[in-house]
Amino acid sequence: MKILVCISNVPDTTSKINFTDGDTKFDTNGVQFVINPNDEFGLTRAMWFKEKQGATVHVATVGDATTEPTIRKALAIGADEAIRVNATPTDGFFVAQQLAEVVKNGSYDLVIAGRESIDYNGGMVPGILAALVDMNFVNTCINLEVEGTTATALREIDGGKEKITTSLPLIIGGQKGLVEESDLRIPNMRGIMMARKKTLTVVEPTTAPAATQEVKFEKPAAKGAVKLVDNVDDLVNLLHNEAKVI
Amino acid sequence: MSILVYTESENGKFKKNAFEVASYAYAVAQQLGTTVTAISFNATENESLANYGVSKVLNVNNESLTTFNAKAYANSICQAVAQENATVVIVSSSTDTKFLTPLVAGKLQAGYVPNVVAEPQSASPFTVKRTAFSNKGFAITQIDTDIKIVGVSNNAFGVHENTATATVEDFSPSLSDDDFSTKSVEIDKVVGKATIADADIVVSGGRGLKGPENWGMIEELADVLGAATACSKPVSDLGWRPHGEHVGQTGKPVASNLYIAIGISGAIQHLAGVSSSKVKVVINTDPEAPFFKAADYGIVGDAFEVVPQLIEKLKKFKAQNA
Ligand SMILES: Cc1cc2nc3c(=O)[nH]c(=O)nc-3n(C[C@H](O)[C@H](O)[C@H](O)COP(=O)(O)OP(=O)(O)OC[C@H]3O[C@@H](n4cnc5c(N)ncnc54)[C@H](O)[C@@H]3O)c2cc1C
Ligand SMILES: Nc1ncnc2c1ncn2[C@@H]1O[C@H](COP(=O)(O)O)[C@@H](O)[C@H]1O
Repeated sequence: MKILVCISNVPDTTSKINFTDGDTKFDTNGVQFVINPNDEFGLTRAMWFKEKQGATVHVATVGDATTEPTIRKALAIGADEAIRVNATPTDGFFVAQQLAEVVKNGSYDLVIAGRESIDYNGGMVPGILAALVDMNFVNTCINLEVEGTTATALREIDGGKEKITTSLPLIIGGQKGLVEESDLRIPNMRGIMMARKKTLTVVEPTTAPAATQEVKFEKPAAKGAVKLVDNVDDLVNLLHNEAKVI
Repeated sequence: MSILVYTESENGKFKKNAFEVASYAYAVAQQLGTTVTAISFNATENESLANYGVSKVLNVNNESLTTFNAKAYANSICQAVAQENATVVIVSSSTDTKFLTPLVAGKLQAGYVPNVVAEPQSASPFTVKRTAFSNKGFAITQIDTDIKIVGVSNNAFGVHENTATATVEDFSPSLSDDDFSTKSVEIDKVVGKATIADADIVVSGGRGLKGPENWGMIEELADVLGAATACSKPVSDLGWRPHGEHVGQTGKPVASNLYIAIGISGAIQHLAGVSSSKVKVVINTDPEAPFFKAADYGIVGDAFEVVPQLIEKLKKFKAQNA
């Protein structure tokens, strides 16, 4: 089985978010970039397929040269090869079109992406990709097993879970649950050394239009001070009469 | 030209988000000088959509679509878009809808903007305001394609009544085996309990509750309020609560009217996922807990004392206001 894990390079979850150039750009100053958490779960599940079922694992990112440390980290965790499409990921539609080329050229059986990137929260790249390359698709995937060309996936739904059977080739939008938190791997020295020798192919983007563009950013309005109360009578009173939520 | 809205139902009945997206679609139609067509699957009360401004309903009556199927639903919606010459498609932010909408976007080569919080700022160019960076910011996004898809953030626009007269038509999309290549074989879902996605009120517990054995009072509080239960990430990692209850940046987003956080410190990743809730209440022993800075109301106190008192008080309150 040949697996592609799509990695989005995102600000660390603790990042303070600021905008620059008259609020038209995200300010990357002082921001630490990491593998998107949803993709980290997917990559770890891919490692399981590699170790238990002999799968080959490639990782791909659409990003400029500054994303290389993130993709090297994925190699250090254990991916076999990496592909970087040398373009700024302007919107989900653009990224999906770039990944579609990678998927077609690599004839992958399984594409593991994340439910959403935690930066722009698009939640659309894997689904658009599935439509473009006509593969089966399961979103919010929290468990995946593959036997031959049959796949059994567990998907989170509002209020529960749904079990789905389908076949390869398949794309999933994964998230926490694909593997346990405690299974996530921190690259060790040996992994980091080996990653340096692994193939990282840089490919130029295909000409593909973006469908959307960000014209301006805003920060949320400053929050008023909390009202502290010292008894539940006052709290219930305020929730009923002032906030009108009960 | 028209606007197509996907109105979601379950066991034939429309979900609350169906009325919210219909209301939103009507506001957009007013702006563009057109009308709203809805597409529904096996819904029984299609006429009720007229109360939210829908003029025409395409109801797909098809037994093989009783259980949600993203690909088949997406393909049906694409065919409805073509039949109606729709230029704007409005959808909700439910888990199922976020599953099917990217498939529609890919198929129609349409720009899709999710998590939109207000009606379009301008119709030409078409720009909408949405949350980004897990609620730490907003983006004004312009959609440049002919067909535009807008995903409305849960609870952000609200339900508004706008009476129209609606005609209901049967709509029979042509579907093939290929549309059913992913099959639902088992659904494990709690019935009759509010879900984090739909609930008006969410009661959430953190590591401050010490152990899973102490969740009885959280459930009782949720029960009294008709609320859904949720938890912080470590609580689900420790196995005290199911993963499906984990809320925050890497868990489920919460956009309820009221969010009650008990024994949760308010780490940045937690707040990122719950900050679009309208009113936030914090109960925590530590007055320095960061959550107090993000909350509207707070009690500095021990959950094991405060929560039982709150349950008693709310029971009395509910009895009086019933
Ligand atoms: C990549 C990444 C992603 C993450 N994503 C998420 C996420 O999506 N969601 C999430 O929740 N976290 C997330 N986290 C974890 C987050 O950083 C915090 O560790 C977590 O939110 C803390 O959970 P907590 O508030 O329950 O526990 P703690 O931080 O341990 O806080 C417990 C609180 O309970 C209070 N307390 C103790 N006893 C009592 C009592 N008797 N009565 C009342 N209060 C009491 C304490 O004062 C304290 O404030 C993420 C972390 C990382 C690194
Ligand atoms: N620039 C990118 N390069 C590679 N994969 C991406 C990129 N952006 C998004 N993805 C993948 O698509 C998933 C969903 O992203 P998004 O649609 O941006 O929320 C991510 O978790 C990644 O797996």
